[in-house]
Amino acid sequence: MDAFTTFKGIGIPIDIINCDTDQIIPARFLRKDRRDPEMASFLWHDLRKDPDFIFNKAPYSDGKVVVADINWGCGSSREGAVYALNANGIRAVIAPSFGDIHYNNCLKWGVLPVRLSRDDCDSLRGQLHDDPGAEIAFDLEAQTVTGPDGASYGFEIDHFDKYRMLNGLDDYGVTREYDTQFDAFEAKHKAEYDWLYGDA
Amino acid sequence: MAGKTLFQKVWDNHVVVARDDGKTLLYVDRQLLPDWQHRAFDALVEQGRTVRKPKQNFAMPDHSVPTTVTRVEEIVEDVMRIPVEELERHSKNFGVVHFDLTDDRHGIVHVVGPEQGITLPGLIVVCGDSHTSTNGALGCIAFGIGTSEVEHVLATQTIWQEMPKQMRISINGELGFGVTAKDVILAIIGEIGTAGGTGYAIEYAGSAISAMSMEGRMTMSNMTIEAGSRFGIMPPDDIAIEYVERRPYTPKGEKWDQAVAAWRALPSDEDAIFDREVSLDAAEIAPMVSWGTSPQDVVQVTDRVPDPSSESDADRRADMENALDYMGLKPGMPMTDIPVDKVFIGACTNARIEDLRAAAEVAKGRKAKVQTLVVPGSGLVKKQAEAEGLDKVFVDAGMEWRQPGCSMCCALNGDIVGPGERVAATNNRNFQGRQGPGSRTHLVSPTMAAAAAVEGRISDVRKLTGGS
Repeated sequence: MDAFTTFKGIGIPIDIINCDTDQIIPARFLRKDRRDPEMASFLWHDLRKDPDFIFNKAPYSDGKVVVADINWGCGSSREGAVYALNANGIRAVIAPSFGDIHYNNCLKWGVLPVRLSRDDCDSLRGQLHDDPGAEIAFDLEAQTVTGPDGASYGFEIDHFDKYRMLNGLDDYGVTREYDTQFDAFEAKHKAEYDWLYGDA
Repeated sequence: MAGKTLFQKVWDNHVVVARDDGKTLLYVDRQLLPDWQHRAFDALVEQGRTVRKPKQNFAMPDHSVPTTVTRVEEIVEDVMRIPVEELERHSKNFGVVHFDLTDDRHGIVHVVGPEQGITLPGLIVVCGDSHTSTNGALGCIAFGIGTSEVEHVLATQTIWQEMPKQMRISINGELGFGVTAKDVILAIIGEIGTAGGTGYAIEYAGSAISAMSMEGRMTMSNMTIEAGSRFGIMPPDDIAIEYVERRPYTPKGEKWDQAVAAWRALPSDEDAIFDREVSLDAAEIAPMVSWGTSPQDVVQVTDRVPDPSSESDADRRADMENALDYMGLKPGMPMTDIPVDKVFIGACTNARIEDLRAAAEVAKGRKAKVQTLVVPGSGLVKKQAEAEGLDKVFVDAGMEWRQPGCSMCCALNGDIVGPGERVAATNNRNFQGRQGPGSRTHLVSPTMAAAAAVEGRISDVRKLTGGS
């Protein structure tokens, strides 16, 4: 994945509670290759059938940051939801809460998921509606978000996830550093879970 | 020191590495692989990696399989056939266990895992599908992951996780006549909301759970993801242990005795600490129906469509208005006045033998007024149902008895609900467009679905079957 250090982009306010991954990318696209040339068009595909949907309107259509409502990305585990964000150059999502699987999927592909309070998210969405094209800035090292009005917000991120994102690492390389521990664990597990390693 | 929860005990048994920053590398005993995760194998190949423990990975086609075919060659559409072919090709190349369409053992991964004894108490089971939570009903840690994580598990047989917070939901008392596990989980989601379980592992407890069949428990664990939690775990008691005994991948002989002894020690300690406790009175739960586009949008079948104007939170009010608009419903109308165009009985929520028996009980001697698909969860469920004559009951009622698969739940295999069409369905999600663009879904139990089929509208199954 691409490293994430700082980022700034036009904010897209998505005023949908529980915006599930079926809304972010309908299931019929989930079998597509992540590099599919049409991937960008799958984002909010069915919501975009409504000409008034915010991502259909300039300057939001050039947006690179999503500000959502509670429970963004709940539902299906489909990673396509993140591929579709990435294909549009969207590198960060701010929401009061995220579906747990989608949150992890974002981290795997360099899309920064930021949890802020519902009041802060409401305020940011309000500013984006009032000032179309307003930008939101991120500094991952400092763990801060800066809104259009200049107000800054700190956010929490797991130390390991931050390190991976800052360096653009995938899990595999890190995991293989622990091969010795893996072998030791497996020997112990086979003894403790002897019943699982029968003759079957 | 406080005792441990069931979840914490299983977790502790699988820690390969515990980093100071809270990330834990967990050992994965078994991974299930549905067809569309052939993409994870593609990524593996692309990276020049291989499968570390092929025999701990189990692949089978489910999402993409048309429920009208019995062999892969019969699948006409490339978008459906290719995932099935690719999953098989990769599985064979890497030596991963694979059940093909001609093998009775194939079916929906979350039905087959427990049915084959691949899913067992005390294990860690993962799958690139959010409804992996289903498997937790057997007393294991089972959770859905993304494709990158699937590839990571293939390559390393491990996964990085953080210990979730612990929630216990207790259901005490006796369920009323006509009330099923599906109604219990819908009532729970209605109570805590679809984000209520986010960041938590949920353990189910209480007398109503202890009295519940394994099939019912799996229905509840299945929809735990709809409450926001990836994990729905239940203690491995006599019912669970009896369920797993003598299944193909279950330990035998002395190993069985060892396994049972280990499983008996797994239930949460008396003094285990839960970060949140929720309890519901079983007697207050009635047959449930969803009215909106989120699984938390549920009411009892005897209720009316709710009125957004009585909601104080402005965002929630707008959300309800959108949902009612999408669903084509008016506030205040009785739920039982809602006509349906289709009925679907199946999916990893409700496609096990007990579900089909319950639906057949309602369908018997009656006629479906709308198109009704009955789709068994696996080849073995189908065989069992046919041995019991359930297929005849459904066919005599004018319903369609199909081949196993995910069918209308995910709309990836030709079984879809058309734009504006309304379905009473036993699957787990009523999201906009979930069952096809423009589809309108009402989530119900298998008996409520059968009742909707024979009445042609949302109906209270208790009135049909003689309860009060």
